[in-house]
Amino acid sequence: MTQNNARVGVDIGGTFTDVALDLNGTLYTGKVLTNYHQPEQAILDGIELVCKRAKMAVKDITTVIHGTTLVTNSLIERRGARTAFITTEGFRDVVEMRTENRFEQYDLNLTLPTPLVKRTERYTLKERVSATGEVLTNIDQNELDALVKEVLAEGYEAVAVGLIHSYANDVNEVQVQQAFAAAAPELCVSISSHVSPQMREFQRFNTVIANAYVRPQVSEYLGRLVSRLIETGITCPVFMMHSAGGLISVDTASEFPVRLLESGPAGGAIFAAKFAASYGEDQVVSFDMGGTTAKICLIEEGRPKTANTFEVARTYRFAKGSGMPLSTPVVEMVEIGAGGGSIAHVDDMKQIRVGPRSAASEPGPACYQRGGENPTVTDANLLLGRLDPDLFAGGEIKLSTAMANDAMQVKVASKADVNTEQAAFGVTEVVDENMANAARVHTVENGKDISNFAMIAFGGGAPLHACRLCEKLDVDYLIVPPGAGVGSAIGFLNAPFSYEATKGLYQRLSQFDPERINHLLTDLRAEALAFVERGAGEIETVTSVQAFMRYTGQGGEIAVDIDYKDYVDADVALFREKFEASYHKLFGRIIDGLGIEITNWSITVASKLEASKPIELRRSGQQVEVTKTREFFDAALRKFVTASEIQRETLMPGDAVSGPAVIVEDETSTVVTSGYTVVAQDDKSMLLVNKKTMEAV
Amino acid sequence: MKLSNVDYQIMWNRLVAVVEEQATTLIRTAFSTSVREAGDLSAGVFDRRGRMMAQAVTGTPGHVNAMAESVPHFIEEIGKGNIFEGDVYLTNDPWKGTGHLHDFTMVSPAFYEGVHVGFFAATAHVVDIGGRGYGPDANEVYEEGLLVPIMKFIEKGQVNAGLVNIIRNNVREQDQVVGDLYSLAACNAAGDARLMDMMSEFKLGELEALSDFIIDNSRAATLQRIADLPDGTYFNEMMVDGYESPVDMKVALTIAGETLLADFAGTSGPSKFGVNVPMVYTRAYACYGLKCAIAPDIPNNTGSLLPFAVTAPEGCILNAPHPAPVSVRHVLGHLVPDVVLGALHECIPGVVPAEGASALWNVLLSARPVDPSSGLPPSEILMFNSGGMGARASLDGLSATAFPSGVSTMSTEATEHVGPLTIWQKDLLEGSGGSGEFRGGLGQTIIISANEGYELYFNAMFDRIKYPARGREMGKDGRAGSVMLDDGTVLNGKGRQLIPAGKKLILQLPGGGGYGDPKKRDAEKVRADLDAGYITLEQAKHDYGLDV
Repeated sequence: MTQNNARVGVDIGGTFTDVALDLNGTLYTGKVLTNYHQPEQAILDGIELVCKRAKMAVKDITTVIHGTTLVTNSLIERRGARTAFITTEGFRDVVEMRTENRFEQYDLNLTLPTPLVKRTERYTLKERVSATGEVLTNIDQNELDALVKEVLAEGYEAVAVGLIHSYANDVNEVQVQQAFAAAAPELCVSISSHVSPQMREFQRFNTVIANAYVRPQVSEYLGRLVSRLIETGITCPVFMMHSAGGLISVDTASEFPVRLLESGPAGGAIFAAKFAASYGEDQVVSFDMGGTTAKICLIEEGRPKTANTFEVARTYRFAKGSGMPLSTPVVEMVEIGAGGGSIAHVDDMKQIRVGPRSAASEPGPACYQRGGENPTVTDANLLLGRLDPDLFAGGEIKLSTAMANDAMQVKVASKADVNTEQAAFGVTEVVDENMANAARVHTVENGKDISNFAMIAFGGGAPLHACRLCEKLDVDYLIVPPGAGVGSAIGFLNAPFSYEATKGLYQRLSQFDPERINHLLTDLRAEALAFVERGAGEIETVTSVQAFMRYTGQGGEIAVDIDYKDYVDADVALFREKFEASYHKLFGRIIDGLGIEITNWSITVASKLEASKPIELRRSGQQVEVTKTREFFDAALRKFVTASEIQRETLMPGDAVSGPAVIVEDETSTVVTSGYTVVAQDDKSMLLVNKKTMEAV
Repeated sequence: MKLSNVDYQIMWNRLVAVVEEQATTLIRTAFSTSVREAGDLSAGVFDRRGRMMAQAVTGTPGHVNAMAESVPHFIEEIGKGNIFEGDVYLTNDPWKGTGHLHDFTMVSPAFYEGVHVGFFAATAHVVDIGGRGYGPDANEVYEEGLLVPIMKFIEKGQVNAGLVNIIRNNVREQDQVVGDLYSLAACNAAGDARLMDMMSEFKLGELEALSDFIIDNSRAATLQRIADLPDGTYFNEMMVDGYESPVDMKVALTIAGETLLADFAGTSGPSKFGVNVPMVYTRAYACYGLKCAIAPDIPNNTGSLLPFAVTAPEGCILNAPHPAPVSVRHVLGHLVPDVVLGALHECIPGVVPAEGASALWNVLLSARPVDPSSGLPPSEILMFNSGGMGARASLDGLSATAFPSGVSTMSTEATEHVGPLTIWQKDLLEGSGGSGEFRGGLGQTIIISANEGYELYFNAMFDRIKYPARGREMGKDGRAGSVMLDDGTVLNGKGRQLIPAGKKLILQLPGGGGYGDPKKRDAEKVRADLDAGYITLEQAKHDYGLDV
């Protein structure tokens, strides 16, 4: 028998632990409930489940790739280590003063999130580095030794060090780290110049604190996981998915656990990106909708858009600014408090509002019959005929139309002076409108027009809503891939080994210094490559570089792609050219007469992936015979229509069903509105095509 | 298609998204630091009659509410018969726009299938407008820079090149200022494109019915909130520093049925300097303060704003007529909510917070080489900083947080890259929050010096140095602010001053007032505050009665 290639992706989510097994190119998937006390147990159970389905022994697994929301949850629920923070004298309160503004303008009783480390846990040290990296004040070794002693006496489990301008010169932070290493070699000490060497103290300090805060817990968990896997006979390498959509070793993850944040959603973006790449769709928006939130990500030229800052643990209706901003490489996503469990209510102006409060899975939507009295998006979908009450979650949960109707009547219809049908329509339309608006604003922020994009929908709720979203956004093509219920875990299997190294190096183009840039790029690449090789060994890699640039006087930078090479004085023109091209692409113009500057740099080294096998999308097909119909409410037509009902598994490549139609499968249903036709693809995806486009061809 | 109630709701939601997109476009493309970093802008859509239908949830109340009033001025001055497709109008008239010359308001009529259906308007703070520059020292608005009356920036698609040329020749950062004017026009165009999509999707020929729906619903909800308040006339008076002499701000708040009137009669007369406030700006902040307490959840539009009537006698410092200098009208403007909320407290105790630092401490620094022949380049650095908010009836005040303004501060590391200065400290000011059962928010200490070879000039525009934020219901006052050099020299709270080379500027920003009797504060909390250094030992013993 030939050598097996059996790779397993495991995604621990809030409710379910999803598992995907790729055995010599065939995919097996499964879901088990997340085990909060012993997350690794659910992983083992899940692996056993898919191996059974694939009829293989667990010991024959060749790679395990793991992503988890445990780090995010630990920050949200404040379950991390007791951490001390050491900073420059005069800046003890940076993480408490935040940006000095209120994220909600009209709430007099607003509260701001409290920092992970209290003021009594924040220590200061006389020292100072300037913006150019010059040491203005050296550390007094005696003062440092006394501080180390004081901190150790308090018995902290972790220490974070963040000093002003340490991204420009790490000498003082390293000195502090060494003092701790000498006095307490076992203590976990994270320093900001290593965890996140980027300019802007608030974000950098937050990042190093978050890293220190979750580090003891994460490294203990990963240690436990690896040993449990070995006990079970799984001795293959284990890798972790990081938030920027690549893989790192368990050791690296233990050292920089802050990089594991949002690794699940990153896997979802990779999942969508793979389909985008194989179809040759260059501009794609991925849409993932679950029980509580919806996530939107832009995928251009087959790559999910990434960012260098990210806000975790938003505390106030997902409002921008209500969380903890971190500077760490991530797949950039917009998250909206809109999911199947989002609760609808009527405000004082008799307007229907939906979310962000969610009925979650307990008590769940009213139709679950578990005591939920509030009408949710799922209740509305049921009343509008978009869900089959007997086939929800593969028939495991029986839905009650009567209870959904009662809740909708009492809490929405009677208050908004409309009938329940109008109320249910209002609820779904408001939620679809919210999601469409968020997607549109996100593309505007990136200087793009969403109507030029195709959409890829996955996650339990997305296929119900995606077609209506496309109508609202003027998007003509919608792809619903197979296995969408465990998209993130599948995405893990498609991720490259990668590491992004970042560093602040401030330079005005008028004082362009190619030597410093070359030096920095060489160092950053070596750093990133070392991390990749730690996981993957010596392999073929690709290196990409971004310079974060702006006009002098501007507050925010834009990412400019530049080549990895040795630069010379004359290349200043090249930097200007590339910056202006990127600026023009985003903002539609450039401004003459202004200086240009570079603030931060980032290098990503990634293993070279096999190019995705190109698949020709079938944009039309042969209409299948319809034997079963169902009534559902078509939002664009504002009325119930008779829709074809088709089991997804019966569709063969090239089959087409003209909307209105519902394509049913165990995990979800895909709603095809009257304006679209669905065409089954060779790889079991479905493509929904705007009929207007088909007529035009 | 017959439009249902749900359709109107969806369109209302859509309009809010349309103006968010308009604002996003402006934030992305603007040059002015205060727009991009601090959100000092507003964007909105209006019907053909000039009634505001929706406004982006951004930035600062001074723009937000003032812009709502501006569009009717544009309709009147341009003239109904003179409004054409492809037109764009502008002004920075402090009395018809948003209170000082640095703010441009740009208004674009919207046409659907050749029919004029409404307007888009946007306001932004530009980096320079000529004159003395941003600071309080002028004696007339003429010294504060160029005033562009309401006129056409673009007519039928043709840019008014003469106007652009005049502006170019009267401002310091001409590329950035003119660039921002185009940004304003572009953001209106972005909103317009989206509105057109909506009108065709819903097959609307005009906006009047939708406008009625939005405004009537919002107005009814707001009137109901006012009607729920106990009738009566409630008074408040607050002394603040002003420039050359203290300012007495007085208000009488009358609530009768569903009407509400805030009258500032009895308030001090005008200043010789640029701290005067045009009526439109006073109204904007008074309305904002009241709305926070009475109807925070009702979206901003003409229907929700109009029920809040605000007057002040012409000629008082809160209704300063042309040609009074008004450049830093934000200082007193930001203090207006404290005045009206104090009166409202008499009406509905337990809702409004104690007084806070309120006025932003904006620091405009000019770094100049000590030796002009050294060849070192000059530079300008703008910082936004906030003191403490007043305590709430059941919550401590927020420390170092802007209220009523909605701006953000900049990163110290980023600021040090902008100009040759070092910020040695930016930290909470221990003991600055007023004692109370709920403690006032803390102010902050900022210490700045010029780097080698430079000296710094700065334009002070700070308040609550002589008159601190007062506590409420037996809560103690917050600590007053101070401005000095590290050698002990006390500086003025207003006006241009020098920080000589080698000296450090020390700013101590005011704390917020406390709420309730400090003796009632939970002893555990007092002890925790003492451990953390939020309060001093002195305060713990004397104010809180802690047995130490």
